[in-house]
Amino acid sequence: MAKEFSITLCDGTGCIQKDSGEIRSALDSELAQRGLADNVRVNLSGCLGMCEKGPVVVINPGYTIYGSVTAGDIPEIVEQHIVKGRPLARLAVQEDHLYNRFFRIFGDTKFFGKQMRIALRNCGIIDPENIDDYLALRGYEALAKVLTDMTPKQVIEEVKTSGLRGRGGAGFPTGLKWQLTAGAESTKRPENNEKYVICNADEGDPGAFMDRSAIEGDPHTVIEGMIIGGYAIGAKQGFVYIRAEYPLAVSRLEKAIADAKEHNLLGNNILGSDFSFDISIRLGAGAFVCGEETALIRSIEGGRGMPRPRPPYPSVEGLFGKPTLINNVETWANIPVVVLDGGRWFSTVGTEKSKGTKVFALAGNVVNTGLIEVPMGTTLREIIYDIGGGIPDGKEFKAVQTGGPSGGCLPAEYLDTPIDYESLAKAGSIMGSGGMIVINQDACMVDIAKYFLEFTQNESCGKCTPCREGTKRMLEILTKITDGQGQPCDIDKLERLGNMIKKASLCGLGQAAPNPVLSTIKNFRQEYEEHVKDRRCRSGVCKKLLAYEITDKCVGCMACKKACPVGAITGTAKNRHVIDQKKCVKCGACFDKCKFNAISKA
Amino acid sequence: MDEKITITINGKNYRVDADQTIMQAADNCGYHIPRLCYHPKLSIEGACRVCIVEVEGMRNYVASCAYPVADGMKIFTNTKDLRQARRDIVELLLDNHPEDCHVCERDGNCELQRLAYAMGIRHRHFAGVRKHYEKDLSSTSVIRDPDKCILCGRCVRMCSEIQGVNALEQANRGFSTVVMPAYDMPFAESVCTTCGQCINVCPTAAFVEKNHTQELFAKLNDPTLIKVAQIAPSVRAAIGEGFGVEPGKNMEGQTVAALRKLGFDYVFDTQFSADLTIMEEASEFLERVQEKGKLPMITSCSSAWMKYMEQFYPEMIENVSTCKSPMSMASSLIKTYFADKIKADPKKIVSVAIMCCTAKKYEAQRPELAVNGMQATDMVIATREIAWMIKSAGIDFLNIECEEFDKPLGMSSGAGTIFGVTGGVMEAAIRTAYELYTGETLMDIELCSIRGFDGIKVGSIKMDGHEINVAVAHGLGNAHALMEIIKKEPGRYHFVEIMGCPGGCIGGGGQPYAAANSIPLDTECLKARAEALYSNDRKNTIRRSHDNPEVQRLYREFLGRPLSAKSHELLHTHYKPHFPKGIVARNVKQV
Repeated sequence: MAKEFSITLCDGTGCIQKDSGEIRSALDSELAQRGLADNVRVNLSGCLGMCEKGPVVVINPGYTIYGSVTAGDIPEIVEQHIVKGRPLARLAVQEDHLYNRFFRIFGDTKFFGKQMRIALRNCGIIDPENIDDYLALRGYEALAKVLTDMTPKQVIEEVKTSGLRGRGGAGFPTGLKWQLTAGAESTKRPENNEKYVICNADEGDPGAFMDRSAIEGDPHTVIEGMIIGGYAIGAKQGFVYIRAEYPLAVSRLEKAIADAKEHNLLGNNILGSDFSFDISIRLGAGAFVCGEETALIRSIEGGRGMPRPRPPYPSVEGLFGKPTLINNVETWANIPVVVLDGGRWFSTVGTEKSKGTKVFALAGNVVNTGLIEVPMGTTLREIIYDIGGGIPDGKEFKAVQTGGPSGGCLPAEYLDTPIDYESLAKAGSIMGSGGMIVINQDACMVDIAKYFLEFTQNESCGKCTPCREGTKRMLEILTKITDGQGQPCDIDKLERLGNMIKKASLCGLGQAAPNPVLSTIKNFRQEYEEHVKDRRCRSGVCKKLLAYEITDKCVGCMACKKACPVGAITGTAKNRHVIDQKKCVKCGACFDKCKFNAISKA
Repeated sequence: MDEKITITINGKNYRVDADQTIMQAADNCGYHIPRLCYHPKLSIEGACRVCIVEVEGMRNYVASCAYPVADGMKIFTNTKDLRQARRDIVELLLDNHPEDCHVCERDGNCELQRLAYAMGIRHRHFAGVRKHYEKDLSSTSVIRDPDKCILCGRCVRMCSEIQGVNALEQANRGFSTVVMPAYDMPFAESVCTTCGQCINVCPTAAFVEKNHTQELFAKLNDPTLIKVAQIAPSVRAAIGEGFGVEPGKNMEGQTVAALRKLGFDYVFDTQFSADLTIMEEASEFLERVQEKGKLPMITSCSSAWMKYMEQFYPEMIENVSTCKSPMSMASSLIKTYFADKIKADPKKIVSVAIMCCTAKKYEAQRPELAVNGMQATDMVIATREIAWMIKSAGIDFLNIECEEFDKPLGMSSGAGTIFGVTGGVMEAAIRTAYELYTGETLMDIELCSIRGFDGIKVGSIKMDGHEINVAVAHGLGNAHALMEIIKKEPGRYHFVEIMGCPGGCIGGGGQPYAAANSIPLDTECLKARAEALYSNDRKNTIRRSHDNPEVQRLYREFLGRPLSAKSHELLHTHYKPHFPKGIVARNVKQV
């Protein structure tokens, strides 16, 4: 082992009384005998506080705590942990849950304090390209447990007990999905009763990076989850469908799969059992709609990524017409924890109907943008103000957008909404896959709605009429409004089209596409009306609605006149200048140039 | 499954089959839910969203074409909200569709037009920018006009699921989605076999045949030309539908009369050359059997099949009969035998084929089929086109006095008639081959096992103790399946008939559009058209091609005997592999 380890022996009074001195000498001689003395740093510490479990030995990296250690245990600990790199489970103090490791290291900062990391438990801690790091943190132990101690049925029961729900956005109960897939009989080509497992890593929301970070930070947990899923439903083959735009995640995943194969954690007869499972990677070509499960499946099959009507659901008729278990990256990453710490424990985290944690990509006008994982039930306020550190530059909070382009915008009165599937839906947004964008007072909500709709309109697959044609018309109307051409009936038209598209579209993309528009109309209707009736954008974002005017602060310096590219400003030296509104192209050059604050934007 | 369940539609209870979709159940209960992308012979697309219904307890509308019924399900098909949603959906289609109904090929016969009226769209709420693409005029047979496309995907599914050609697919995303051949290649350079089935299923005019009516009117008005027509068997079985007649009425006499009124000098029957084809093809088959030639022998009448075979099964070229299609045989004779008879310069003859087919427009310009340096068939006019011309010329088609074909290429046997139906060529060929081989007349001449609309039909007949196994496929998807069987078991069949279109020529890409109360390629309609031909066969006193006295005379006076040098020169052709972009070229021997 060329690796550096540090072994800390508790040298508190309690442990000394329990003969920790003998442990020290046994350790020194064992290390010397094996020629490891140069690789391992042995040091003493003051009381660790776990006197009940003394003598205590802590091995780093990995913060493995061994309790009630005797000198006789030392050769075994050195052999297993230092030489083979695997913590010795027999003596390890196991009462801590997997997720806790993260907080031993980072937990006391403000950013991490309110977080709870289950899916991301290893991200930032392990070397994602080193399988030993993962193994050292009880990696693949859940798989081993499943293969040796559990029947597929028991695995499914454990997942059901956990209350875990799909993290892709819709929140379908994961255990139920597993049960349906396990029980499904192939309707197409019944002679071949193959089943498949898919990891949906086609993260397409603008600004979202949950799946990318999870895979880049800890690819093995996703792989382990998938293998367990394969065992539970009786599949031999898994696919990870991941965006080609994520080259680092792809290469780490490739390495992780290769390493897992080398360790007999993937491939034939995994860990000597009669269960065989393999995983292949399929690269997506960057279509947002391929995050929709039936479109994703079609894409893996080699077709154009377009959704198809459900039922039949993939659990009955999925990839190549076979029953298919498809879960999102974050869902898979939770599985090893559910197995090792137990579904019962998992269900203690979160709210009544939404168990566990949720990863969010926190972005926008917030001090701490980044990747966070919080227990379900955490409020939007806690996320934005405690974890996120509030709104920068002393500006005011205006709205928070959850669920990416498919979600809605919630104003300040919803800040105390707890994060769970039902509460967010009730508030008029969605959980989605975890995008969260904070919007401050400077934003125009009509413009925000337009931005998101532009995205979904571009990414519509073009199959169904409401989404393909309807979002285009909505976008046209929004553009009209932000261009100052809106009519009062346009807001009604947006609502009429939006509600129809929501209820009539083929897939989730279309069904959710109007959400940003409908939620901003609901919560910020006045802004729409100002645009339409008063031809005014209160945030000054909609350029065509702006009118620049020169106030009586003007000293007649002529700077604005020189800056104007279209000659819209007239006036003579030392006299107040005037802007010809018909010529003005609203470029803002005069406004930027004026040193006397004499130009107003309205 | 005969399990029954109870559902409620608009407050009324119904017992329905448990394995149905909402749409099927509603159809049986007397509710015709509006629909657009749905087609019973194609996979469920669920794309247009016109057939949405409300189901109690469900947040969203469901597409009734795709959603299965369940016991106790409460369905609403006509609520205020639903009516508005459906109306808005159809308006959205209209808003991105040219407003040129009155100058459109499908004016009065357009599903979108009918639907818009039925949905009560009298005003536009959401009109905005419309897409604009160039028309693809490159193909000899089919015009693709993406501006008129409403992206129902029927053509794509038809081309891939029924025809197995996969010439079309949606490309691009969202509002920019457009149906196109691979790589946005011109249609002419794609794998398109020109069968025209996309036209048959298109609800609008996004696909129409290459129209040659104006050219034909010009020729008909040229007094220096000799205008000669020939009519394919299945045209007479379907042309009436273009005039509102129920499917299944044979309009042979009316068609002949109308063509004369249009200005044709001679009207011949492709059924005559179908008999001739049988003489050549049956002889070729027997020659292959006796001289241990390449078997199975595969028929060559269908032009779409020709192109398909050259592209996808070039290794089968040696199996395909060298006989030209009946159309091309007739055209060859018109410019030689017939021109001699009337002592005319063949260059002055305009040979016009009235066909059920769009692929014949492609076949006509195949250089291999030229006769003495002349294109044998100058013009191919589809059933739809000729029906329009007859109307346009003010000819009272339905009340016209019937007329007979001209001689010498106008007389036909019942065997020539049934060429128009899948299995018909095989049946006709066996009637003749049996007699040529055994010297005895085949008495039981209706070969029922190869009639009907199963995708692949097989049969066998004993000739002097030899068991001859035959197979018949219609629709190129079935042709593909049959070719795969043959490649695996080359000895299984001796004689194979392939027709490119579902149902054979009666389901051709140039036949009249489905009526307002019907669906394209409805099986009942195909059956009726088939029966129009079978009943004509039964009525004919001559039912075997070799008994056709005009055919016998032709051999006596001109060709000598089947497979003679003269026959080979005029009635036979050859094929070569052809690999449009997107097909992996295979190294196959050129024949």
